[in-house]
Amino acid sequence: MTTIEKSEPPPWQDQLFDALKRAGIRQVGYVPDAGHSRLIERCKHDPDIRDIVLTTEEEGVALAAGAWLGGQRAALLMQSSGVGNCINMLSLVRACRFPMLMLVTMRGEWQEFNPWQVPMGSIVEPVLTLCETHVAKVEAAGEVVPAVENAVQIAFGGDRAAAVLLSQKLIGAKVWVK
Amino acid sequence: MLNRRAAMAMLLADRPRNLFVVPGLGSCTWDAYAAGDDDRNFYLWGAMGGAAMIGLGLALAQPALRVAVITGDGEMLMGLGSLATIGVQRPDNLAVIVFDNGVYGETGMQASHTQDGVDLCQVARGCGFKQVFDVADEDGLAALGGQLRSSSGLLFARVRIAPDEPPRALPEKDGVAIKERVRRAVQRVSGKQP
Repeated sequence: MTTIEKSEPPPWQDQLFDALKRAGIRQVGYVPDAGHSRLIERCKHDPDIRDIVLTTEEEGVALAAGAWLGGQRAALLMQSSGVGNCINMLSLVRACRFPMLMLVTMRGEWQEFNPWQVPMGSIVEPVLTLCETHVAKVEAAGEVVPAVENAVQIAFGGDRAAAVLLSQKLIGAKVWVK
Repeated sequence: MLNRRAAMAMLLADRPRNLFVVPGLGSCTWDAYAAGDDDRNFYLWGAMGGAAMIGLGLALAQPALRVAVITGDGEMLMGLGSLATIGVQRPDNLAVIVFDNGVYGETGMQASHTQDGVDLCQVARGCGFKQVFDVADEDGLAALGGQLRSSSGLLFARVRIAPDEPPRALPEKDGVAIKERVRRAVQRVSGKQP
Protein backbone atom coordinates (compact mmCIF):
# COMPACT_ATOMS: atom_id res chain seq x y z
CA MET A 1 0.00 0.00 0.00
CA THR A 2 1.39 3.34 -0.95
CA THR A 3 0.98 6.37 1.14
CA ILE A 4 0.76 9.72 -0.42
CA GLU A 5 3.05 12.00 1.46
CA LYS A 6 1.60 15.34 2.06
CA SER A 7 4.12 17.76 0.72
CA GLU A 8 5.00 20.79 2.75
CA PRO A 9 3.22 23.87 1.53
CA PRO A 10 5.72 26.06 -0.29
CA PRO A 11 6.95 29.02 1.66
CA TRP A 12 5.01 32.20 0.95
CA GLN A 13 7.89 33.64 -1.02
CA ASP A 14 7.51 30.87 -3.63
CA GLN A 15 3.75 31.31 -3.69
CA LEU A 16 4.32 35.00 -4.25
CA PHE A 17 6.59 34.22 -7.20
CA ASP A 18 3.94 31.90 -8.64
CA ALA A 19 1.34 34.66 -8.29
CA LEU A 20 3.57 37.05 -10.24
CA LYS A 21 4.01 34.42 -12.94
CA ARG A 22 0.25 33.86 -13.17
CA ALA A 23 -0.18 37.63 -13.49
CA GLY A 24 2.13 37.69 -16.51
CA ILE A 25 4.83 39.85 -14.92
CA ARG A 26 7.79 40.11 -17.31
CA GLN A 27 10.01 42.76 -15.75
CA VAL A 28 10.94 42.93 -12.08
CA GLY A 29 12.83 45.94 -10.74
CA TYR A 30 14.39 45.80 -7.30
CA VAL A 31 16.99 47.12 -4.94
CA PRO A 32 18.61 44.12 -3.19
CA ASP A 33 16.67 43.31 -0.04
CA ALA A 34 16.82 40.49 2.52
CA GLY A 35 13.02 40.15 2.80
CA HIS A 36 12.63 39.75 -0.97
CA SER A 37 15.77 37.63 -1.44
CA ARG A 38 13.96 34.38 -2.30
CA LEU A 39 11.62 36.12 -4.74
CA ILE A 40 14.55 37.92 -6.39
CA GLU A 41 16.42 34.62 -6.79
CA ARG A 42 13.38 33.00 -8.41
CA CYS A 43 13.03 35.94 -10.81
CA LYS A 44 16.73 35.81 -11.74
CA HIS A 45 16.39 32.14 -12.70
CA ASP A 46 13.19 32.49 -14.72
CA PRO A 47 13.87 32.80 -18.45
CA ASP A 48 10.64 34.74 -19.03
CA ILE A 49 11.31 37.37 -16.39
CA ARG A 50 13.86 40.12 -16.81
CA ASP A 51 15.29 41.09 -13.42
CA ILE A 52 16.55 44.64 -13.25
CA VAL A 53 18.67 45.66 -10.28
CA LEU A 54 18.22 49.37 -9.54
CA THR A 55 20.37 51.94 -7.79
CA THR A 56 17.28 53.56 -6.25
CA GLU A 57 13.63 52.58 -6.15
CA GLU A 58 12.33 55.55 -8.14
CA GLU A 59 14.14 54.11 -11.15
CA GLY A 60 11.77 51.16 -10.88
CA VAL A 61 8.67 53.36 -11.14
CA ALA A 62 9.97 54.84 -14.40
CA LEU A 63 11.06 51.39 -15.61
CA ALA A 64 7.60 49.93 -15.04
CA ALA A 65 6.02 52.83 -16.93
CA GLY A 66 8.32 52.18 -19.89
CA ALA A 67 7.56 48.46 -19.77
CA TRP A 68 3.83 49.21 -19.93
CA LEU A 69 4.34 51.50 -22.95
CA GLY A 70 5.91 48.46 -24.57
CA GLY A 71 3.04 46.19 -23.56
CA GLN A 72 4.72 44.37 -20.68
CA ARG A 73 3.71 44.11 -17.05
CA ALA A 74 6.30 44.94 -14.41
CA ALA A 75 6.55 44.65 -10.65
CA LEU A 76 8.65 46.74 -8.29
CA LEU A 77 10.14 45.18 -5.17
CA MET A 78 11.42 47.33 -2.37
CA GLN A 79 11.89 47.83 1.32
CA SER A 80 9.80 50.38 3.21
CA SER A 81 12.61 52.95 3.06
CA GLY A 82 12.40 52.76 -0.74
CA VAL A 83 8.82 54.02 -0.72
CA GLY A 84 10.15 57.43 0.28
CA ASN A 85 12.48 57.39 -2.72
CA CYS A 86 9.55 56.85 -5.09
CA ILE A 87 7.22 59.67 -4.15
CA ASN A 88 7.89 62.23 -6.87
CA MET A 89 8.18 59.56 -9.57
CA LEU A 90 4.74 58.28 -8.59
CA SER A 91 3.48 61.53 -10.16
CA LEU A 92 4.16 59.79 -13.47
CA VAL A 93 1.77 57.02 -12.45
CA ARG A 94 -0.96 59.45 -11.46
CA ALA A 95 -0.55 61.84 -14.40
CA CYS A 96 -0.62 59.07 -16.99
CA ARG A 97 -2.59 56.41 -15.10
CA PHE A 98 0.10 53.76 -15.40
CA PRO A 99 -0.47 50.42 -13.68
CA MET A 100 2.12 50.09 -10.90
CA LEU A 101 2.48 46.98 -8.75
CA MET A 102 4.67 47.43 -5.69
CA LEU A 103 5.65 44.78 -3.15
CA VAL A 104 7.10 46.34 -0.03
CA THR A 105 8.92 44.52 2.76
CA MET A 106 8.42 46.45 5.97
CA ARG A 107 11.06 47.60 8.41
CA GLY A 108 10.80 49.71 11.53
CA GLU A 109 7.48 48.38 12.74
CA TRP A 110 7.95 45.20 14.81
CA GLN A 111 10.96 44.00 16.80
CA GLU A 112 13.11 46.51 14.97
CA PHE A 113 16.66 46.71 16.24
CA ASN A 114 17.61 49.73 14.15
CA PRO A 115 15.70 52.90 15.12
CA TRP A 116 16.80 54.61 11.89
CA GLN A 117 14.32 52.37 10.05
CA VAL A 118 11.39 53.69 12.06
CA PRO A 119 10.85 57.18 10.58
CA MET A 120 10.14 55.93 7.04
CA GLY A 121 8.67 52.56 8.05
CA SER A 122 6.08 54.26 10.24
CA ILE A 123 4.72 56.50 7.47
CA VAL A 124 4.62 54.11 4.50
CA GLU A 125 0.87 53.59 4.61
CA PRO A 126 -0.23 57.25 4.82
CA VAL A 127 2.38 58.32 2.29
CA LEU A 128 1.28 55.74 -0.28
CA THR A 129 -2.37 56.57 0.39
CA LEU A 130 -1.63 60.26 -0.28
CA CYS A 131 -0.06 59.13 -3.57
CA GLU A 132 -3.40 57.51 -4.53
CA THR A 133 -1.93 54.04 -4.14
CA HIS A 134 -4.14 51.18 -3.01
CA VAL A 135 -2.49 49.68 0.08
CA ALA A 136 -2.94 46.23 1.60
CA LYS A 137 -0.97 45.14 4.62
CA VAL A 138 -0.24 41.45 5.13
CA GLU A 139 0.80 39.88 8.43
CA ALA A 140 -0.02 36.19 7.90
CA ALA A 141 1.51 33.89 5.29
CA GLY A 142 -1.89 32.72 4.08
CA GLU A 143 -2.90 36.28 3.19
CA VAL A 144 0.03 36.95 0.86
CA VAL A 145 -1.29 35.42 -2.35
CA PRO A 146 -4.86 36.79 -2.10
CA ALA A 147 -3.47 40.26 -1.35
CA VAL A 148 -1.06 40.11 -4.29
CA GLU A 149 -3.73 38.79 -6.66
CA ASN A 150 -6.00 41.61 -5.57
CA ALA A 151 -3.23 44.20 -6.06
CA VAL A 152 -2.56 42.80 -9.57
CA GLN A 153 -6.23 43.26 -10.43
CA ILE A 154 -6.36 46.78 -9.00
CA ALA A 155 -3.13 47.87 -10.74
CA PHE A 156 -3.55 46.31 -14.18
CA GLY A 157 -7.33 46.27 -14.25
CA GLY A 158 -7.69 49.83 -12.99
CA ASP A 159 -4.58 51.54 -14.38
CA ARG A 160 -3.34 52.75 -11.01
CA ALA A 161 -0.82 51.99 -8.29
CA ALA A 162 -1.31 49.18 -5.80
CA ALA A 163 1.06 48.15 -3.03
CA VAL A 164 1.22 45.09 -0.81
CA LEU A 165 3.07 45.71 2.44
CA LEU A 166 4.67 42.53 3.76
CA SER A 167 4.95 43.11 7.47
CA GLN A 168 7.99 42.49 9.61
CA LYS A 169 5.94 39.97 11.56
CA LEU A 170 5.62 37.90 8.40
CA ILE A 171 9.22 38.27 7.25
CA GLY A 172 10.79 37.98 10.67
CA ALA A 173 12.96 40.51 12.39
CA LYS A 174 16.44 40.99 11.01
CA VAL A 175 19.04 38.97 12.91
CA TRP A 176 21.74 41.35 14.08
CA VAL A 177 23.95 39.08 16.15
CA LYS A 178 24.55 35.69 14.56
CA MET B 1 27.97 74.63 -30.36
CA LEU B 2 24.85 73.33 -31.98
CA ASN B 3 21.38 74.81 -32.09
CA ARG B 4 19.08 72.49 -30.11
CA ARG B 5 16.09 72.65 -32.44
CA ALA B 6 18.24 72.01 -35.50
CA ALA B 7 20.03 69.18 -33.68
CA MET B 8 16.75 67.48 -32.75
CA ALA B 9 15.40 67.90 -36.28
CA MET B 10 18.57 66.40 -37.73
CA LEU B 11 18.51 63.39 -35.37
CA LEU B 12 14.87 62.67 -36.19
CA ALA B 13 15.12 63.26 -39.96
CA ASP B 14 14.31 60.20 -42.09
CA ARG B 15 13.09 58.57 -38.93
CA PRO B 16 12.87 54.80 -39.22
CA ARG B 17 9.49 53.28 -38.49
CA ASN B 18 10.73 51.56 -35.34
CA LEU B 19 12.38 54.59 -33.71
CA PHE B 20 10.59 55.61 -30.51
CA VAL B 21 11.67 58.69 -28.61
CA VAL B 22 11.45 59.52 -24.91
CA PRO B 23 12.24 63.22 -24.68
CA GLY B 24 13.10 64.55 -21.21
CA LEU B 25 10.80 67.07 -19.60
CA GLY B 26 11.01 70.69 -20.63
CA SER B 27 13.12 71.80 -23.53
CA CYS B 28 13.74 68.35 -25.04
CA THR B 29 9.99 67.66 -25.13
CA TRP B 30 9.44 71.04 -26.82
CA ASP B 31 12.27 70.27 -29.27
CA ALA B 32 10.83 66.86 -30.16
CA TYR B 33 7.38 68.34 -30.73
CA ALA B 34 8.83 71.21 -32.78
CA ALA B 35 10.57 68.64 -35.00
CA GLY B 36 7.12 67.27 -35.89
CA ASP B 37 4.43 65.74 -33.69
CA ASP B 38 4.67 61.96 -33.74
CA ASP B 39 2.78 59.21 -31.94
CA ARG B 40 6.08 57.45 -31.30
CA ASN B 41 7.15 60.26 -28.91
CA PHE B 42 6.44 59.78 -25.22
CA TYR B 43 6.42 63.47 -24.29
CA LEU B 44 7.39 64.08 -20.68
CA TRP B 45 6.02 67.03 -18.74
CA GLY B 46 7.44 65.80 -15.44
CA ALA B 47 9.12 62.71 -13.93
CA MET B 48 12.48 64.49 -13.80
CA GLY B 49 15.28 61.93 -13.59
CA GLY B 50 13.12 59.17 -15.05
CA ALA B 51 13.52 59.52 -18.82
CA ALA B 52 16.37 57.01 -19.23
CA MET B 53 14.57 54.40 -17.13
CA ILE B 54 11.33 54.80 -19.10
CA GLY B 55 13.44 54.21 -22.18
CA LEU B 56 14.98 51.10 -20.60
CA GLY B 57 11.59 49.60 -19.72
CA LEU B 58 10.33 50.17 -23.26
CA ALA B 59 13.53 48.88 -24.86
CA LEU B 60 13.46 45.67 -22.79
CA ALA B 61 9.77 45.11 -23.54
CA GLN B 62 10.18 45.60 -27.29
CA PRO B 63 13.60 44.43 -28.51
CA ALA B 64 12.67 45.10 -32.15
CA LEU B 65 12.17 48.80 -31.51
CA ARG B 66 14.98 51.34 -31.45
CA VAL B 67 14.46 53.54 -28.38
CA ALA B 68 16.13 56.94 -28.06
CA VAL B 69 16.01 58.83 -24.81
CA ILE B 70 16.82 62.44 -25.64
CA THR B 71 17.11 64.54 -22.52
CA GLY B 72 18.87 67.49 -20.94
CA ASP B 73 21.95 67.55 -18.74
CA GLY B 74 19.94 68.57 -15.66
CA GLU B 75 17.43 65.74 -16.15
CA MET B 76 20.24 63.21 -16.69
CA LEU B 77 22.08 64.39 -13.58
CA MET B 78 18.97 63.79 -11.47
CA GLY B 79 18.84 60.17 -12.66
CA LEU B 80 22.57 59.50 -12.90
CA GLY B 81 22.17 56.11 -11.23
CA SER B 82 20.02 54.97 -14.14
CA LEU B 83 23.15 55.00 -16.34
CA ALA B 84 24.61 52.41 -13.96
CA THR B 85 21.40 50.36 -14.13
CA ILE B 86 21.38 50.53 -17.94
CA GLY B 87 25.09 49.66 -17.99
CA VAL B 88 24.23 46.42 -16.20
CA GLN B 89 21.29 45.55 -18.50
CA ARG B 90 22.98 46.60 -21.77
CA PRO B 91 19.96 46.42 -24.09
CA ASP B 92 21.31 46.82 -27.61
CA ASN B 93 18.29 48.79 -28.83
CA LEU B 94 18.63 51.75 -26.46
CA ALA B 95 20.32 55.10 -27.07
CA VAL B 96 20.69 57.71 -24.33
CA ILE B 97 21.38 61.12 -25.83
CA VAL B 98 21.97 64.14 -23.62
CA PHE B 99 21.53 67.66 -24.97
CA ASP B 100 24.14 69.34 -22.80
CA ASN B 101 24.03 73.14 -22.56
CA GLY B 102 25.39 73.31 -19.02
CA VAL B 103 22.33 75.11 -17.69
CA TYR B 104 18.85 74.52 -16.31
CA GLY B 105 16.93 76.23 -19.10
CA GLU B 106 13.42 75.95 -17.71
CA THR B 107 14.23 77.61 -14.41
CA GLY B 108 16.28 80.57 -15.51
CA MET B 109 19.57 79.33 -16.95
CA GLN B 110 21.30 78.43 -13.69
CA ALA B 111 24.56 76.50 -14.13
CA SER B 112 24.42 72.70 -14.02
CA HIS B 113 27.21 70.42 -12.81
CA THR B 114 28.39 69.84 -16.38
CA GLN B 115 29.59 73.44 -16.53
CA ASP B 116 31.87 72.74 -13.62
CA GLY B 117 33.76 69.67 -14.70
CA VAL B 118 31.24 66.82 -14.50
CA ASP B 119 31.72 64.89 -17.73
CA LEU B 120 28.67 62.79 -18.65
CA CYS B 121 30.61 60.89 -21.34
CA GLN B 122 33.09 59.73 -18.71
CA VAL B 123 30.21 58.77 -16.41
CA ALA B 124 28.66 56.70 -19.20
CA ARG B 125 32.00 54.98 -19.93
CA GLY B 126 32.39 54.25 -16.26
CA CYS B 127 28.92 52.70 -16.23
CA GLY B 128 29.87 50.28 -19.00
CA PHE B 129 28.66 52.02 -22.17
CA LYS B 130 31.01 50.90 -24.95
CA GLN B 131 29.76 53.30 -27.63
CA VAL B 132 30.08 56.87 -26.39
CA PHE B 133 29.77 59.84 -28.73
CA ASP B 134 30.82 63.36 -27.82
CA VAL B 135 29.10 65.47 -30.45
CA ALA B 136 30.12 69.08 -30.92
CA ASP B 137 29.41 69.82 -34.58
CA GLU B 138 27.17 68.91 -37.50
CA ASP B 139 29.46 66.16 -38.73
CA GLY B 140 29.28 64.48 -35.35
CA LEU B 141 25.54 64.91 -35.31
CA ALA B 142 25.21 63.36 -38.75
CA ALA B 143 27.26 60.38 -37.57
CA LEU B 144 25.08 59.98 -34.49
CA GLY B 145 21.92 60.27 -36.60
CA GLY B 146 23.27 57.59 -38.92
CA GLN B 147 23.96 55.35 -35.95
CA LEU B 148 20.38 55.82 -34.72
CA ARG B 149 18.87 55.08 -38.12
CA SER B 150 20.94 52.20 -39.36
CA SER B 151 22.36 50.18 -36.50
CA SER B 152 21.59 48.90 -33.11
CA GLY B 153 23.85 48.81 -30.10
CA LEU B 154 23.61 50.48 -26.72
CA LEU B 155 25.00 53.97 -26.99
CA PHE B 156 25.41 57.16 -25.04
CA ALA B 157 25.89 60.55 -26.64
CA ARG B 158 26.47 64.01 -25.34
CA VAL B 159 25.41 66.66 -27.82
CA ARG B 160 26.88 70.05 -27.00
CA ILE B 161 24.16 72.58 -27.65
CA ALA B 162 24.11 76.35 -27.20
CA PRO B 163 22.34 77.63 -24.08
CA ASP B 164 19.56 79.44 -25.87
CA GLU B 165 15.82 79.45 -25.34
CA PRO B 166 13.83 78.92 -28.51
CA PRO B 167 10.10 79.70 -28.29
CA ARG B 168 8.22 76.97 -26.47
CA ALA B 169 6.44 74.41 -28.64
CA LEU B 170 3.94 72.61 -26.45
CA PRO B 171 2.57 69.15 -27.29
CA GLU B 172 -0.41 67.32 -25.78
CA LYS B 173 -0.36 67.68 -22.01
CA ASP B 174 -2.81 64.95 -20.96
CA GLY B 175 -0.63 62.11 -19.69
CA VAL B 176 -3.27 59.45 -20.29
CA ALA B 177 -3.69 60.54 -23.91
CA ILE B 178 0.09 60.60 -24.47
CA LYS B 179 0.48 57.14 -22.94
CA GLU B 180 -2.36 55.54 -24.89
CA ARG B 181 -1.13 57.07 -28.14
CA VAL B 182 2.35 55.65 -27.66
CA ARG B 183 0.96 52.23 -26.71
CA ARG B 184 -1.11 52.15 -29.89
CA ALA B 185 1.95 53.16 -31.90
CA VAL B 186 3.93 50.31 -30.33
CA GLN B 187 1.13 47.93 -31.24
CA ARG B 188 1.05 49.20 -34.84
CA VAL B 189 4.80 49.03 -35.33
CA SER B 190 5.40 45.76 -33.51
CA GLY B 191 2.24 44.11 -34.77
CA LYS B 192 1.47 42.91 -31.28
CA GLN B 193 -1.34 43.61 -28.89
CA PRO B 194 0.06 45.78 -26.08
